[in-house]
Amino acid sequence: MFEIRIHGRGGQGAVTAAELLSVAAFEEGRHAQAFPSFGSERTGAPVVSFCRISERAIRTHDPIATPDALIIVDATLVHQVDVFGGLKPDGYVLINTSRGIEELNLQELAQRHNPERLCAVPATELAREELGRPLPNAALLGAFSALTAAISIGAVVQAIQDRFGGSVGAGNAAAANRAFALVRARMGEPAHA
Amino acid sequence: MLRQMEGSQAVAETVARCRPEVICAYPISPQTHLVEGLSAIVKSGRLGSCQFVNVESEFAAMSVAIGASAAGARAYTATASQGLLYMTEALYNASGLGLPIVMTVANRAIGAPINIWNDHSDSMSQRDSGWIQLYVESNQEAVDVHIQAFRLAEQLSLPVMVCMDGFILTHAFERVELPEQDQIDAILPAYEPRQLLDPSDPITIGAMVGPEAFTEVKYLAHLRQMQALDLIPEIAAAYEQQSGRASGGLLRRYRSHDAETIVVALGSVIGTIEDVIDELRKDGNRIGCVGIKTFRPWPAAEIRSALAGASRVVVLEKALSVGLGGIVSQNVHASIEGTGAKIHTAIAGLGGRPITRSSLYALFTTALNGQLGATTFVDLNHGLVDREIQRALASRRCGPHAENMLRDLGAVAAGPV
Repeated sequence: MFEIRIHGRGGQGAVTAAELLSVAAFEEGRHAQAFPSFGSERTGAPVVSFCRISERAIRTHDPIATPDALIIVDATLVHQVDVFGGLKPDGYVLINTSRGIEELNLQELAQRHNPERLCAVPATELAREELGRPLPNAALLGAFSALTAAISIGAVVQAIQDRFGGSVGAGNAAAANRAFALVRARMGEPAHA
Repeated sequence: MLRQMEGSQAVAETVARCRPEVICAYPISPQTHLVEGLSAIVKSGRLGSCQFVNVESEFAAMSVAIGASAAGARAYTATASQGLLYMTEALYNASGLGLPIVMTVANRAIGAPINIWNDHSDSMSQRDSGWIQLYVESNQEAVDVHIQAFRLAEQLSLPVMVCMDGFILTHAFERVELPEQDQIDAILPAYEPRQLLDPSDPITIGAMVGPEAFTEVKYLAHLRQMQALDLIPEIAAAYEQQSGRASGGLLRRYRSHDAETIVVALGSVIGTIEDVIDELRKDGNRIGCVGIKTFRPWPAAEIRSALAGASRVVVLEKALSVGLGGIVSQNVHASIEGTGAKIHTAIAGLGGRPITRSSLYALFTTALNGQLGATTFVDLNHGLVDREIQRALASRRCGPHAENMLRDLGAVAAGPV
């Protein structure tokens, strides 16, 4: 079982991202479960959503306490909410920012965490360029695919196009593909920063 | 067709394929996505002459469903929480008149304090309303049981409530096999009413009945609901034969046949419990689970039989009878009296408190060690409660509990205005 926790703010699409991820896993023939944390659905308020991916049927319905991966849609949350709580020691961290990890005052995390599992990606900028709107989720899912290999980029793009269709689907798919390529290229470098 | 979709949308699509003729609903979280989905389907024209009636309240929703059902239409509605309470008077009319309405309850807590999250307080409060109550543990089971519910309701002329955990199921994306239209049609024939308001053949429904026959009407209502104990397994078996899926029924047993300790529960927490049982079984613990699928009518004989070999029963429930304790526990207790099994009540998940695998592991381990008390509030914050009790002892004008405790927790918007 691979468990993902997504942190965003109400209106940024963190819940949709978890749903898309579950649909992508489903399209790969795997079992998946996505669900939001509930109650704080006000625009701008911290929001958490979850996704489980498994080769077997998923029975449990409890929130994810010890994620294998974190996707942080809004970097301003990292010092406001305990976003890293319960993260597995070798878990993946994907942060949406156009700045480096160090600039987010996360030096401590950067020092103790495996650098190959820590990734900053300018998802909002990619979305602005490809979609014309600052909606970073598709790009984040593309980057997530490259970083973790927990899901294929093909399944992610398929899920995005099934959900949105038309030019919105095409723009989001392009953002996902660019983020995937960006993270892939960076991973090919010996010590990416 | 196999799909990955939201629980509410899966139920909306299923209900649509059950060919309802009147749908009336008033939106309330966490039921909203379900009736939004149905209203979109009706508006698309797919359901032919089916009417989606926008009403001004839940009382009106149930009243319209009653009228529609009495006029011979297959009627459906959905609600939750305070909405179900607002329907209460009409609920008793629907069951008392023997009208086979199907309703989804997207289970949610009841205020005060206001709380939109999941527990079973709403449907449990209506356990004596004369409605059949079915509880589902997954979105697949929600799909399957809604189809069975229409057949059950119409065969018995009784209303059926399908209870699915709000948010935990309604808002979860899971893999769901949606039965095709012809499969549903094969299980669910056209509605043939026992009684019909028809201007060309006029009758009245809803007579005033005095002491001369009121007991007899109620006796027959009880008799008819008890018939569901035979019919529910029959329908579930017919459904399983056709779909290949064991869904619904009276009970579901999990590793309970040789278990000394058996956990009894309802709804979406059953899957979480099964995962924890697998963990505990690895260490040789003889623990199992009995999931209650039909809560009304109460399957007393089946419960007694399923729990016959257990020396210890832990009833995990998401509702509280204030001043008594566990509601499900009382029902279980009455069914296994004399077997010598010790019953423990664990109140969990109230107002959306997550029921985690680690909490269940600790709870069941305590039970297996013989250290569990008669009634446990799972994950209760004792410090928070104790501070508030001290405040109340210290000062007569201690103020409202809820606001005081939120202030202690540092929650926003709880300070003095």
